[in-house]
Amino acid sequence: MGLEAKLQTDGFLTTTIDALVGWARKNSVWPMPMGISCCAIEMMSAVDPKYDMSRFGSEVFRFTPRQCDLMIVAGTVTYKMSHVVRKIYDQMPDPKWVIAMGACTSSGGMYRSYSVVQGIDQFLPVDVYTAGCPPRPENLLNALIQIQDKIGKSKARDYQNLDRRNLVLSNN
Amino acid sequence: MEYKELLLNKLNEFKEGVVLEFTDFRDDASITLAPENLIPVCTFLKNDPDLEFLICKDVTAIDWAARKNRFTAVYHIYSFKLSSFLRIKVNLSGNDPSVDSVTSVWKGADWYERETYDMYGIIFKGHPDLRRMYMPEAFEYYPLRKEFPVMGIPGSIPLPSKD
Repeated sequence: MGLEAKLQTDGFLTTTIDALVGWARKNSVWPMPMGISCCAIEMMSAVDPKYDMSRFGSEVFRFTPRQCDLMIVAGTVTYKMSHVVRKIYDQMPDPKWVIAMGACTSSGGMYRSYSVVQGIDQFLPVDVYTAGCPPRPENLLNALIQIQDKIGKSKARDYQNLDRRNLVLSNN
Repeated sequence: MEYKELLLNKLNEFKEGVVLEFTDFRDDASITLAPENLIPVCTFLKNDPDLEFLICKDVTAIDWAARKNRFTAVYHIYSFKLSSFLRIKVNLSGNDPSVDSVTSVWKGADWYERETYDMYGIIFKGHPDLRRMYMPEAFEYYPLRKEFPVMGIPGSIPLPSKD
């Protein structure tokens, strides 16, 4: 690796804050498992030794939204459930990202019905949509990699002036 | 004696002409009752030592849309003694139908009747806690009625705001 070589020769490296913070953030995305229905099974198998999500630094599924920065909405969201999903999303500290996993979450899927929200982008800002019913674990990993790309390109100061971030920090 | 004969004889003994209609399709017995006879007959079916229909397995309803008695309430009950199911149907009139609750006979019918109320708007008189089961409490419609559109009524269920 380049880093070890640097340590042996120069003993220091130059970079930008944005690059460093982006690199750290994108390799430690902690997901919030919003497993509402069958997509959650594929989400679980994405963490198992065969697909091994920890290769991307995301094996730490947290069951409290306070410790998460990625919400994987895996399953059919009904109108009744939408308020719960939004409430949990609101409790996550900024910066945060959302994966809409599977057909139901992205568009209502096969549930073209009065009780199911036809796409969670009606009440959540979605970063990546995943196709499939349910999507294969590789597909979820692909979504995660896309999120990582997005995080890597973002600048640290993009998230500096968010109101909600200050709110969460002051609550602590 | 086959249990269906036993059942019909018993019911006729209980009250002459109480069974308005009896069908036996693919070994699936079903009787139609008048709404006012529902509770006495159910109590009899449960308590008679030869029948013992102890379990209310399901309560649901049918919306016939154009028929004169628009709704039919349907009860599925089971007897361990006879190892048999029995379906009870009650035809209800009007757009705001109501029928006596069978929770006084089978306590387990509580949530089934709530679900039927939620989906069809049938009022179960004497039910201990007749609230909606699946839909939000403030919802004003009955989704399984024929006039209800599949995609629902836009704006009838609130969503969280986007920001």
